[in-house]
Amino acid sequence: MGAYVSNIFFGVLFFSLVGLFMRNIRRIIRNIKLGNAANRYDQPKKRWLHMARIALGQSKMVRKPLSGLLHVIVYVGFVVINIELLEIVIDGFLGTHRVFAPFLGGFYDVLIATFEVFAALVLLSVVLFWIRRNVVRIKRFWSAEMKGWPKWDADIILYAEVVLMGLFLTMNASDYWLQLNAQDPHYLTAGSFPVSQWLLPLFDGMGVAQVVGIERTTWWLHITGILLFLNYLHYSKHLHIILAFPNTWFAKLTPQGQLTNMQAVTDQVKLMLDPNADPYATPATDTTPSFFGAADVTDLNWVQLMNAYSCTECGRCTAECPASQTGKKLSPRKIMMDTRDRLTEVGAALNKGEQVNANTLLDNYISREELWACTSCNACVEACPIAIDPLSIITDMRRYLVMEQSAAPTELNNMMSNVENNGAPWPFNQQDRIAWREEINI
Amino acid sequence: MDNMTNIATMAELAAQGKQPEVLFWVGCAGSFDDRAKKITKAFVKLLIKAEVSFAVLGPEESCTGDPAKRAGNEFLFQMQAMTNIEVLNGYEVKKIVTACPHCFNTLKNEYPGLGGKYEVVHHTQFLKQLLDEGKLKVEGGRFSGKRITFHDPCYLGRANNEYEAPRAVLAKLESELIEMKSCKAKGLCCGAGGTQMFKDAEAGKKEINIERTEQALDTQPDIIAVGCPFCNTMMTDGVKNKEKESSIAVMDIAELIQQAEDL
Repeated sequence: MGAYVSNIFFGVLFFSLVGLFMRNIRRIIRNIKLGNAANRYDQPKKRWLHMARIALGQSKMVRKPLSGLLHVIVYVGFVVINIELLEIVIDGFLGTHRVFAPFLGGFYDVLIATFEVFAALVLLSVVLFWIRRNVVRIKRFWSAEMKGWPKWDADIILYAEVVLMGLFLTMNASDYWLQLNAQDPHYLTAGSFPVSQWLLPLFDGMGVAQVVGIERTTWWLHITGILLFLNYLHYSKHLHIILAFPNTWFAKLTPQGQLTNMQAVTDQVKLMLDPNADPYATPATDTTPSFFGAADVTDLNWVQLMNAYSCTECGRCTAECPASQTGKKLSPRKIMMDTRDRLTEVGAALNKGEQVNANTLLDNYISREELWACTSCNACVEACPIAIDPLSIITDMRRYLVMEQSAAPTELNNMMSNVENNGAPWPFNQQDRIAWREEINI
Repeated sequence: MDNMTNIATMAELAAQGKQPEVLFWVGCAGSFDDRAKKITKAFVKLLIKAEVSFAVLGPEESCTGDPAKRAGNEFLFQMQAMTNIEVLNGYEVKKIVTACPHCFNTLKNEYPGLGGKYEVVHHTQFLKQLLDEGKLKVEGGRFSGKRITFHDPCYLGRANNEYEAPRAVLAKLESELIEMKSCKAKGLCCGAGGTQMFKDAEAGKKEINIERTEQALDTQPDIIAVGCPFCNTMMTDGVKNKEKESSIAVMDIAELIQQAEDL
């Protein structure tokens, strides 16, 4: 029985932490489903391609060559090293050691060598990322909305990756040392260690028992660290490593300049313009929502909410935004962060079975000043490496302000009454639209 | 020939039982704004020169509803759209050309869902086609050798992915096209979109059009070429703010082509 203690302990650790992760994911899906319906299942072929190009292929990431390259390394490294994770988990359950080695022969050496090279490259990239953030202090990482938790979050992710890669390489180094020195069949000769072989001097003067201790400790810390990190995602911008994929699949595929036409408005306008309509008749199907536009996260659609959870707070949107660049309060990244924060607040109340507080996304999180500063130029949408659409949230919130509260700036109310009365945003007579014809010399 | 026969309205043609090949959607700025009216006139001269069968709506044209929609007033937008669609469908319009990227975007992308399905092109795309087909000929001319920088309109570029047509047309001038720091998909907005044209900007450190004008001035241009009446206003104001209006002209692509060889 005693021989199985570590297997059982591993099983409990694995299933409890993966179970916790699954619960967190279910809660995120529940929160996303609080959003309104949006049909984004059309053109599946185009959607798969879109995801393959942007998420899998990182096509927008590499528009900034340096951070793009570093990100590709970390991303590929993450995917590749996860193959090793499979072996670690099987070893944990079965109490085996390097269970794949006998089956893969020489290819196992290639695999382990590849993981090592990627681990080293990831370490290097993560250090460079940290330097860009904290030493070079690239401007978009130091905007107002990045104070406090978002700053911590970004650094914690980098530290976690350094720790995990460090543990992985130390684990390999101690294993390699044991393969060379322990003459223990448990530490079978397997793998090739182009990086961790340089760490061997760390164990100079140590005995076998001591190095076995280091090997076991780093093995357990590494897998526990990964399982804990998995549960950190839910609180973090790092959730993008999962959501970037659905987010690009469900992205808007129509031209960026095209805003949706609100069906509920179409139904009403058609009724207004139809001379045969009976104004007192009850419509057969009443599509009219209780109000128009969005005041809170639950008035947005589920794709917009998924966008908020997918945002990695890289700030490429804000760096490109003309309003942000010229010192206005608007920051498209903040729009996404506010949406997520408010949705988290709503979700937390649901978790506790409590009433959601009376806050709203509008005013408690996003101010009117921010909403009215947008030029709808789509620079933020274009810049986002994973196809997030902050403009659609801004537009929906403007819709609420104008159609529910008549709270547009005065000049815009004047513009709109001109459009309504003379068919132009300025107070000119519609009959004079062709006055230029008299002035032309041909 | 007088103006009335050269430039007919759809109603005037319909009265004669005629149907033009293309409708020139003039837009509110092109109809009323003194600066933008010059673009309208230049473009119409080019249409006549190329012997394009066209007409305008004149008093039957009304705002597409774009500024209302961007402000959040979906009701007003759809009222405008459906009224316009009724007029356009009444004349059985098939193809529309417009010199305003905002009208272009709305007509092309937002009208089809409300029953208005037309082939919609921006005037720079239309001019490119006329030049490609040899219906218009420009080889160098007045602007040959001049330094020109082109400001991408957001609603032509990012919104509808058209970056090449305006540049292809400009290439005919045999001038030196110098790109700004931010151009094409990364082009900086002039500051007029999203109804900013009709209101004061929110508090900040700088006006957007000044930022964009500075980027343009960095290329040391003789001419800042634009393809949108609102960008034209914003860039013209920016150049005036920098007191450069005597040495740098802000001109629409249609004006450049029309004036290159005095077409």
